[in-house]
Amino acid sequence: MLLGCACGLMGGFLLLRKRSLMGDTLSHATLPGVCLAFIIAVMLGGVGKSLPILMLGATITGVLGCAAVLYIRNHSRIKDDAAMGIVLSVFFGAGVALLTMATKMPAGAAAGLESFIYGKTASMVLTDFWLLTVVTVCVLGLSTLLFKEFRLLCFDEAYAAAQGWPVRRLDVLLLGLVTAVTVAGLQAVGLILIIAFLITPAAAARFWTDQLDRMLLLSALIGGLSGWLGASVSALIPNMPAGALIVLVAAGCFLLSMLFGLERGVVIRGYRQLELKRSVGRQHLLRALYEILEANAVSAEGIQIRAVPFRQVRGRRTWSDAQLRRYLKSAYNEGLIEVIDREGQISLTSAGLEAAAQVTRNHRLWEMYLIEYADVATSRVDRDADAVEHVLGEKMVAILESKLQSYRPVESSAVPVSPHPIHPGD
Amino acid sequence: MEWYAIDTWIVIVGMLAAISCALLGNFLVLRKMSMMGDAISHAVLPGLAIAFLVTGVRASLTMFIGAAVVGVLTAVFTQWVSRFGKVDEGASMGIVFTTLFALGLLLIVQAADHVDLDAGCVLYGAIELTPLDVVWRPEFFGTVLDVPRAAIVLLIVCVVNALFVVLFFKELRISSFDAELATTMGFNANIMHYLLMTLVAVTTVAAFEAVGSIIVIAMLIVPAATAHLLTDRLGTMVILSVFIAVFTAALGHVAALCLPGWLGFDPSIVETTSTSGMMAVVAGLVFVAVLFFAPRYGIVTKRLRRLEDVSDLAVSREEADA
Repeated sequence: MLLGCACGLMGGFLLLRKRSLMGDTLSHATLPGVCLAFIIAVMLGGVGKSLPILMLGATITGVLGCAAVLYIRNHSRIKDDAAMGIVLSVFFGAGVALLTMATKMPAGAAAGLESFIYGKTASMVLTDFWLLTVVTVCVLGLSTLLFKEFRLLCFDEAYAAAQGWPVRRLDVLLLGLVTAVTVAGLQAVGLILIIAFLITPAAAARFWTDQLDRMLLLSALIGGLSGWLGASVSALIPNMPAGALIVLVAAGCFLLSMLFGLERGVVIRGYRQLELKRSVGRQHLLRALYEILEANAVSAEGIQIRAVPFRQVRGRRTWSDAQLRRYLKSAYNEGLIEVIDREGQISLTSAGLEAAAQVTRNHRLWEMYLIEYADVATSRVDRDADAVEHVLGEKMVAILESKLQSYRPVESSAVPVSPHPIHPGD
Repeated sequence: MEWYAIDTWIVIVGMLAAISCALLGNFLVLRKMSMMGDAISHAVLPGLAIAFLVTGVRASLTMFIGAAVVGVLTAVFTQWVSRFGKVDEGASMGIVFTTLFALGLLLIVQAADHVDLDAGCVLYGAIELTPLDVVWRPEFFGTVLDVPRAAIVLLIVCVVNALFVVLFFKELRISSFDAELATTMGFNANIMHYLLMTLVAVTTVAAFEAVGSIIVIAMLIVPAATAHLLTDRLGTMVILSVFIAVFTAALGHVAALCLPGWLGFDPSIVETTSTSGMMAVVAGLVFVAVLFFAPRYGIVTKRLRRLEDVSDLAVSREEADA
């Protein structure tokens, strides 16, 4: 669980630096270190399987692996992913070669080394626990202290460098922390599943918030929670490896977050898109109605609310009957229009007329802006303005008004005349 | 060091695996998807486990199919998660393959009571043992050749990959460099992508069953990346990567035979070390050499050229002064 917290935290930074698979590389790169430490320890006549020595070896090759990735990436045309893949496979290959030799050694009992690959949470002893605690506290402390620095490093490396911060050293420090977490966690969940610990909680947290501090907190929380849940389930049911269960719980969290996350989840994004589409449709409808009324009005101030047949509205744009009906219904629910009878007489309410005037005004202001400032041909502005009018904010409208004042005087509330002829549909 | 017929077969099998991987690896490296081989080779575990649980035998064909299906699924899921969740491609790959791996581990542990399906053997494969699994003994000018099964399987995979790369070279090239241009030219870059991923999955599974996953991961990336440092032309890059793969496969085995002796181990106890591991190491050494000394992109050569430029400049300035 502690490990979950620490990993979740570091994973957050990794994810934002687009280095998610770094954990993968790192955990593979520790293997030769473990084996080398074992072989050297045995050759020097020590006890091969003492944990601190193996950990030391793992840390050394882990850091070497990181350094190699950074070096290859910074000094050649090889990209991040390929650099990680190269380091991963070569280090792991070396690790396997060493492991084969280690298991054939007279001291023999290298079988324990295998547990580094698959992990055994259940068989953790007290010293492991204390080690994890120390590492977690260190990681928490350092990332709180250096929160500002790490944040800038994640989002805008070049700016951080321009500010005079030692970007390179910070980067190495961050990776060093990741290495510490990885090595400490190796024993617990194993080489491959630690990767999940680094990536999954952070990616899940990303769906819920856009704020880095909240995201990291949440990520640590998800990591801790899946650690606790997975471990307890594995304790309850026999023959269930804790590491795998923890990862599956974390993956479940990720799936839920991906679907229902409040900030970037699939459902919420779909809903937002639908909402936007609906509001765009409604605005199109209002403008169409307004332009029909305007075309039929005798004098400028004489725009009066009048029932309009359905077919005439239909002819204003390329929309299908079903689409138009949907928009009509939504506008009706908002109290913007009234339906006189079922077969098609539609009329704006007074609130609807006001909204329609507003929409049309925004559209025309933008058209005029395009003509004056962007040199867009008059015959083409209608389409271009169509794309933008829906997202014009109040502030933007005010700016447009003041800019256009010198070209075509616009009264503050009146709807300007369309710069291009409008052809009302049949 | 003694060389037996077995060693020849090991080298041949290793070469075939290396060639099949290196061919596809070029396009993975160019598409920035180098980690796919790693992801697939871990993720196929549940496929193997399910195929085993369903059929109850360790027949290699069903296991092979199960693994290949899950391998393709890995690619598909990765694509989905990164597209629908707007997650960084690397992260989605990491999530998908670790989850699948955990699932596979769970299934294997559940079944492990009564089977000898060892996660270790799945991940390492044993290239050293391949020559023992002989299926075909043709008579050839009076001598009997013991052709191992792995050699035949990998030969087929190798030929298929080579055909794919040659036949679809143009399509692969365009869709790797500019997927949108490919679409406007009238062929579906998406289909190319999935075709490539399927082949990668099949190759990965076939190769690691025979020779272990390290070779697969290493050979998918390292020869292609090395070739990428040596040339700017895709065709040259593919051919170079194949040569590098062959070279490293042969040298890797030799190194595996020699290394323990050099390190001072008693040869009667530690005879050889892992061939696949050493192939990866040799590939890494070749890469490092090229990284520093490649004619155009090497780090040392770039440095030297800069020095030369500076001295040229100094000379021309002196001439101008005089």
